[in-house]
Amino acid sequence: MYSFDIQRPTSVADAVAALGTDEAQPLGGGQTLIPTLKQRLAAPSVLVSLSAIAEMKGVCTMDDGRLSIGGGTTHATVAAEASSYPALAALAGNIGDPAVRSRGTIGGSLANNDPSACYPAAALASGATIVTNAREIPADDYFQGMFATALDEGEIITEVRFPVPEKGAYMKFEQPASRFALVGVFVAKFSDGVRVAVTGASEDGVFRWSEAEAALSSNFSADAVPAAPSGDGMISDLHGSGAYRAHLVGVMTKRAVAAAS
Amino acid sequence: MPKDHGIGASPKRREDVRFLTGAGNYTDDINVHGQAYVHFLRSDLAHGKINSIDTSAAEGMPGVVKIFTGADFEGVGGLPCGWQVTDKNGEPMKEPAHPVLAQGKVRHVGDPYAAVVADTLEEARNAAEAIVADIEELDPVVDMAAALEAGATKVHDDLSDNLCYDWQFGTDTETTDAAFAKAAHVTKLELVNQRLVANPMEPRVAVGDYSRAGDEHTLYTTSQNPHVIRLLMGAFVLGIPEHKLRVVAPDVGGGFGTKIFHYAEEAFCTFAAKACNRPVKWTSTRSEAFMSDCHGRDHVTTIELALDADNNFLAVRTDTKANMGAYLSTFASSVPTWLHGTLMAGNYKTPAVQVNVKAVFTNTVPVDAYRGAGRPEATFQLERVIDKAARELGVDPIALRRQNFITQFPYATPVAVEYDTGDYEATMAKMEELMDIPGFAARRAESEKNGKLRGLGVNCFIEACGIAPSNLVGQLGARAGLYDAATVRVNATGSISVMVGAHSHGQGHETVFPQVVAEMLGIDESMIDIVHGDTSKIPFGMGTYGSRSLAVCGSAMVRATEKIINKAKKIAGHLLEASESDIELKDGQFTVAGTDKSVAWGDVTLAAYVPHNYPLEDIEPGLEETAFYDPANFTYPAGAYACEVEVDPDTGAVSIEKFVSADDFGNVVNPMIVEGQVHGGIAQGIGQALLENCAYDENGQLLSASYMDYAMPRADDLPHMANYVVDHSCQTPCTHNPLGVKGCGEAGAIGSPPTVVNAVIDALHSGGHTHVSHIDMPVSPSRVWAAINGQ
Ligand SMILES: Cc1cc2nc3c(=O)[nH]c(=O)nc-3n(C[C@H](O)[C@H](O)[C@H](O)COP(=O)(O)OP(=O)(O)OC[C@H]3O[C@@H](n4cnc5c(N)ncnc54)[C@H](O)[C@@H]3O)c2cc1C
Repeated sequence: MYSFDIQRPTSVADAVAALGTDEAQPLGGGQTLIPTLKQRLAAPSVLVSLSAIAEMKGVCTMDDGRLSIGGGTTHATVAAEASSYPALAALAGNIGDPAVRSRGTIGGSLANNDPSACYPAAALASGATIVTNAREIPADDYFQGMFATALDEGEIITEVRFPVPEKGAYMKFEQPASRFALVGVFVAKFSDGVRVAVTGASEDGVFRWSEAEAALSSNFSADAVPAAPSGDGMISDLHGSGAYRAHLVGVMTKRAVAAAS
Repeated sequence: MPKDHGIGASPKRREDVRFLTGAGNYTDDINVHGQAYVHFLRSDLAHGKINSIDTSAAEGMPGVVKIFTGADFEGVGGLPCGWQVTDKNGEPMKEPAHPVLAQGKVRHVGDPYAAVVADTLEEARNAAEAIVADIEELDPVVDMAAALEAGATKVHDDLSDNLCYDWQFGTDTETTDAAFAKAAHVTKLELVNQRLVANPMEPRVAVGDYSRAGDEHTLYTTSQNPHVIRLLMGAFVLGIPEHKLRVVAPDVGGGFGTKIFHYAEEAFCTFAAKACNRPVKWTSTRSEAFMSDCHGRDHVTTIELALDADNNFLAVRTDTKANMGAYLSTFASSVPTWLHGTLMAGNYKTPAVQVNVKAVFTNTVPVDAYRGAGRPEATFQLERVIDKAARELGVDPIALRRQNFITQFPYATPVAVEYDTGDYEATMAKMEELMDIPGFAARRAESEKNGKLRGLGVNCFIEACGIAPSNLVGQLGARAGLYDAATVRVNATGSISVMVGAHSHGQGHETVFPQVVAEMLGIDESMIDIVHGDTSKIPFGMGTYGSRSLAVCGSAMVRATEKIINKAKKIAGHLLEASESDIELKDGQFTVAGTDKSVAWGDVTLAAYVPHNYPLEDIEPGLEETAFYDPANFTYPAGAYACEVEVDPDTGAVSIEKFVSADDFGNVVNPMIVEGQVHGGIAQGIGQALLENCAYDENGQLLSASYMDYAMPRADDLPHMANYVVDHSCQTPCTHNPLGVKGCGEAGAIGSPPTVVNAVIDALHSGGHTHVSHIDMPVSPSRVWAAINGQ
């Protein structure tokens, strides 16, 4: 690790101010960033910890029925408190191990946008809104490929708002070593249609599987899930070929629909 | 009723109190006043020519004490290999130089080529970034077959090629070929025993210290065998005589073989401590461990099994390529040869067995012993090919094995070893009983109802433990004796310290060894402590590996304790005014046979150190004895294993539903510890079978260089405890050591991989996927899916 200064502001405004300086970077739960620093792969001169900002924490239901989760809320808190959205609570409760869940945050996960992470699938399938200190970004505009998002330098995710579907489920097939998603599929059935988001599979990061959405919107049953997508553009690595991942997209979508029904 | 003390009892492990309460003293807990820290610069290329290393900008950076490159080690010895293998033409193996820091070339990702010693680790890392190394990329040699092709790039330019040795062993070619020629059926299988990373929980650490006052060196290191390190490093690398070099291996958090070897970092810290006149400490990061701890396995094999028309085994022939990596590690050469070829007969009376092994240099991390060392590789090939033969012939795999069992002992195999004792029928029957084989069909039907394929896999194994008769291994090329030693020091009040050459790094010696001495003397175990891990305190023993601690060092301890008893009886005889031959020792009391005259253990020990009333004319005062023990033979634990798996045909995921091991370890001193050893061994075997894979890409880059990609087995990868039965009730005691023990440390890791793979193949066949005759380990979901789908 290179040496750095650390600040722990207690308000979003102070955090944004602290991030205005050169080479400052926000620190969420540190579950991704700290290992990166230890390997000297990043060298921020100032870390701005978001963990003391009370207004960024917690889970509540908004007047319009959406579930609001503070950007600094840990996976463990979401698992325990997002009971009105069981598929989301279950997803959070299955990230990493207890230590990771006690530190890692939803804001950190969405900011990082790891192509194998779980939350991006939930946000995209739910049609969530990513709220930052500056604006509101619809999930459809937010995810821009592996590790790429619509966030600007120094912009902080303060809140994520999830519309709660009538039915929903997340099915994660774990990569054997990291236990991130080798393929994860989040299916959300709303009154006006079904959204299906896939993580872990594509070289472009999380994506919506539109063929499945169309088929499931007219018939929400596992049998209606179309043939698996093509393996082209799917991640191919030690743990599985693109063809295998594509196959799993089909299997996991079926299982998610079955679990949600 | 189970015993509550002594041999056969299961007292809780006394060492766990300190381990579980954070009071352990591991090498990284050792900080020597004034110590500096070293950071190694490691190659990120698999193969490269070092044109220049410019350290000038780094020299003056804050905290820098001294910077070293390969040039600083010219005139210093290289890391030695402890076993010379002679090839099939009578030529010695090729032994390339292995400098402490790379000289001329870097030969694998992780190969250290420079080192910065500084006041703090961060300062050392900062300075390391200012070093400019001009290293020209060379073609990497990664694949073993390509490495052996004519004209292949050479890992070592001064060798004629990348072949370390071409070894042949066992039955001669003519006899073997004749057996194959007359066979009614031949089964052939090509398989990979994949490269593994041992991953002990505690990464390696070394602290070098030097005292100018006495010209004395001390090395604190994470080792399984401190005396071996003192011998190798002192005599071959740094030229330090034994009496000026102390090696301490305190609490060590797991070894699994990978902490046997003498590593460059140990020699570096010892050397640098003197050069800098400051203690120098190195603590491996987990990332460094992946690219600098010796890897295990990495064999590619073709095996053939010949059977007659009645399904009797006629011959086995193997052809293996074994990866040595870039340099020859301490015992690397012995693993694919003497630790592997000698086990190729397995539990079977096959009359002809021929083993062929080519050892190959590649631009990868050196490969050496890992839990089982050669024996898992042998067992995997043999038990997989037998299973394949049973399937091809349409016979029951259990019956086929049974029919070919060795039943008469002692039994001399065609591959040089003589099994002293065993009962393979007994362990097979025990396994069948515990597995409830008749209930399998119903369990399979239940799985099928849930859309899963269920398979049953069985296999047997034999291993050679308790290495080794020194004269025998000497003939085979070992450059060290493999006896062990123990000193039993009885103190004046009767308490005892036993100084042993064995080293406990998880095995529980501190609990088990006192059980033996307490049983022999009839005193309480709490009066006895084990001292190990410090060459200045213990006799010159050879350490712990190859399931040898109790069989070899424990035997030395028994011999030393017998000497103690003999002398104590003399003292007791004097005190009781009786003849020594009439003295009996029972429950800590010396009694004159047939009388009620007795004297207690503590009175005798006190007399030995306060010899006021003592036969000084006949015996010396004091009560301390040392014994060295060189075994007459290896020991041969054996067993039968079985497991049931469920395969999800949609995803290829495999789960282990039930696992049974029926082992014969001879006599068992502490059943709980034996079961723990087997549980752990099976967990590692299941890890190899389903999860672990140390993979390189074609450029020699390590693909599985962290836990993000290297899959370790976790608790939920193993069957529930209720379905995870380890049995050791079949006992044929070893005939040649005083305790009748055989060793249990590696059995689980040897016996389990073929069990799991056999079960997966069985499951796939039950689902109609009969084209799948083999899947290489790890049998990961993607590989199972690919096999099902013919990809
Ligand atoms: C062992 C292990 C297992 C894991 N398993 C899984 C898994 O199964 N599934 C899964 O999805 N994830 C998994 N993770 C990742 C985990 O969810 C992390 O918590 C997450 O990726 C990062 O969140 P964090 O709060 O720790 O962010 P940090 O590591 O602190 O930060 C990550 C990045 O986000 C930025 N950042 C942090 N917070 C904000 C914010 N509020 N606004 C803007 N930028 C921000 C940081 O500057 C940094 O660039 C695992 C991690 C570990 C260590």
